[in-house]
Amino acid sequence: MNGARKLLVFGGIALATLGMLYGLYYAVFVEHQTLGRMGGSLATAFTEAAERRLPEAHTAIDMYGATKFDYVRQVDVHSHWIGLAMLMIALGVVFDDVAFGERIRFGIALVLLIGSVIFPLGVILQTTDGGMLASALAIVGSALIIVALAAVAVGFARTSA
Amino acid sequence: MAVWEPPPSGPTVRSSTVAQTRQAAGAVSSSVAATFSTMSARRLLVFGGIALIASGMLFGDIFAIFILHQNAGRTGAALLAAVQAVQARNPAAVKEAFGHMGEFLEDRGTKVDTHVHMIDAGYLALLLALIQPYVALSASRKKLLAKVLITGGVLLPVGIFLIHYVGLAHSPFAAIGWASVLADSAGGLLIIALIGEGWGLWNYFRSRRVGTTEPELPQDHTWERRTLLAGGTVLVLLGFLHGAWYAGANLYEHENREMVILKAMLDQGPGHDISVASVNAYGGLQAEKAVEVAAHSHVIEFGLLAILLSFLQPYVFLSDRWKRRWIYLLLTGSVILPIFVLLEIKIGLLAGGIADAGGLMVIIALIGMLVGVLRYSGRLDAEIGSAP
Repeated sequence: MNGARKLLVFGGIALATLGMLYGLYYAVFVEHQTLGRMGGSLATAFTEAAERRLPEAHTAIDMYGATKFDYVRQVDVHSHWIGLAMLMIALGVVFDDVAFGERIRFGIALVLLIGSVIFPLGVILQTTDGGMLASALAIVGSALIIVALAAVAVGFARTSA
Repeated sequence: MAVWEPPPSGPTVRSSTVAQTRQAAGAVSSSVAATFSTMSARRLLVFGGIALIASGMLFGDIFAIFILHQNAGRTGAALLAAVQAVQARNPAAVKEAFGHMGEFLEDRGTKVDTHVHMIDAGYLALLLALIQPYVALSASRKKLLAKVLITGGVLLPVGIFLIHYVGLAHSPFAAIGWASVLADSAGGLLIIALIGEGWGLWNYFRSRRVGTTEPELPQDHTWERRTLLAGGTVLVLLGFLHGAWYAGANLYEHENREMVILKAMLDQGPGHDISVASVNAYGGLQAEKAVEVAAHSHVIEFGLLAILLSFLQPYVFLSDRWKRRWIYLLLTGSVILPIFVLLEIKIGLLAGGIADAGGLMVIIALIGMLVGVLRYSGRLDAEIGSAP
């Protein structure tokens, strides 16, 4: 097994394990409380509005928005890390079919690995005070994945030709 | 090396195809057979993986046809009741409406999660089947890990499915029911299996090879393999491009619009009934989000599935003609489903029906290939059993 394939298979397994551990931690310690807070704040907002206490209703609905913003991204990180890991492992098995030289293949594998790590990382940092850095990481990471996948598709097409 | 040669063209295709299948049946390649021995870890993972994926997809199709739209209608009705209760200044009715809405959302969410986790566990099983040659553990330990993984892959979606029905009954925890405990424990089994496989890989690359390692998968360059590889990669790429476009163009706008609609529902005063309009706007927004996410995730999942199935083609014991039919059906369904899911907003239920048919095409192709793998196993075992 050459370097590119090792990178994809090992990197993929490590990333899948990380994604699952993160998902398990989130499901056990955070998710139920988050879902409770999300539903509770939405119901509170409507109840306060029914009692014509609009400032409190708006505070509650803002909390709902913030909690949902966080929840959506936590779930996205879990699923994207695992999904990208699976893709890396699958491609790792067949990477010799990508019709480029060994150095280019290793470069594509490295770009795919880096993109797969930092894209979800950028997404999760958006829930902290990551600011522009978080968005930049997410954008750069997804761009790296797209470039690497396009190169893999071209490599397979060259094989097919 | 091609395991089975392509069928000859011409008027005698049918008879030659039959002859070819018989020829193939009589000549299971020993190099391929060595990678698929009786009740090996790889065979368990391949059967378990395809069965989990097909079951998860079938569950998703049934959910989409019989539950999804009905559930959305009930959730919308509960939201409308809540908005009307706000207007009528009736907090008790608000709480009652939200109680119902919570039940409907949990019902929907756990079923979506059941569908997703069952399919993903199947993908994981197929992936691990591919890397078995590099897992340097004894055959019995590899088989044990495969059993642990398949068990976790079955119990995890079952636990998730039961969450809505079991609730917090007899649970000693404040927020976690027994079904959640089952699901979380099954997730733990998956992690244990993955750590074990990772340990085997580590042994392999540290050259501490225990017992016999399996031979690598046959490296063929057949039309079937190349088509599934190239088609699968293009599908994944399209899915990523769509996801990136959605995140950049629509995600934040959707989140902001949701807050605007919700605040309008809260702010409405007496004599100014916007309840129906605002609930319709909210429902429309949820539908927009749902179709974008569903199209994105399904096209990527189908792409990954095509890539994984490309490796299994040497084990599909069918004539080339039938193997190609299943591949065409799989790729066609993989394109139809996400396109018509996206068109649901414009065309409505007709597009939804076509999308469901696309999903069914993928399921049929998958079952067709599973039958091919079962035939291969049966033939292989029969040959081993009749060997002197």
